[in-house]
Amino acid sequence: MTATGQPPEERSWTVGVRRRALAALPPDKLLPDSQPSYVASWIYIFGVLSLGALVTVIASGTILATKGPGWWHTSSLGHFFNSLHLWSVELFFFFMVIHLWAKFWMSAWRGGRARVWMTGAITFIVAIPAALTGYISQQNFDAQWISTQAKDAMNATGIGSFFNLLNFGQMYGYHVFLLPLAVVGLVAAHVLLVRKHGVVPPLLLSDLTTPASATATARGTAAGTASAGSPGPVSEAE
Amino acid sequence: MFAAIINLNGHAGYVHWGFIDLSVPNLIVIVAMFVVFLIALVAPFPGHRRRGRS
Repeated sequence: MTATGQPPEERSWTVGVRRRALAALPPDKLLPDSQPSYVASWIYIFGVLSLGALVTVIASGTILATKGPGWWHTSSLGHFFNSLHLWSVELFFFFMVIHLWAKFWMSAWRGGRARVWMTGAITFIVAIPAALTGYISQQNFDAQWISTQAKDAMNATGIGSFFNLLNFGQMYGYHVFLLPLAVVGLVAAHVLLVRKHGVVPPLLLSDLTTPASATATARGTAAGTASAGSPGPVSEAE
Repeated sequence: MFAAIINLNGHAGYVHWGFIDLSVPNLIVIVAMFVVFLIALVAPFPGHRRRGRS
């Protein structure tokens, strides 16, 4: 015991952080073994597809950064990884846009999920310059053309003095470190918030005609889903 | 093989609709996203059975 009357471990910041983390995300919530039955729908898979595409983007980008432009422009294996990086980015945006549409039309910010929605929306916004700096880091004429056009566009909006799209070193640093760090950090926060609040239930047409259950569904709570007669949790393996 | 069907080295075509100016490749991607979105809404999910049914 200390002079404050608390055991030393009670005052430790690591203990405080651990307790708050466990209270917010207990292990069975962080890594669940089942999901609500409404998750068994194709419309719910685009989040994890975006995540899969992002992993491919990071993995292929790491290989490209290790080997350099002299490799990705001249060797067949370099061409392959260059293409893999490009198409995984295309798929990342493709899946992310459909994920965005799905979540927008089901009002995914219901049930205290505002931060889930905001981290997802900000991820989308940050991913755009992450991709743009990649297009201008290719080290070819295409990159040169895009960077000069984008430089004009940035200058026209008045933000062109904060960074120089014609500066390869600066843009490459943005592309391989700063913006990926932001995207990965935001995606991590987004996924942890989804785990904390649970996957948003769909809006049910039947609830629109039943005022009592409509309130619960509008809040995005489990009560709203159960009141509409949805089945209970179902195993992911099912 | 796909490149033999469509010349990917040429200039992209553009669709002009009022102030909207879209390249055909971008239009194809947008249409594909709509189609995938609609299919995801209506396609049955494999292995999912509602409670009370076999």
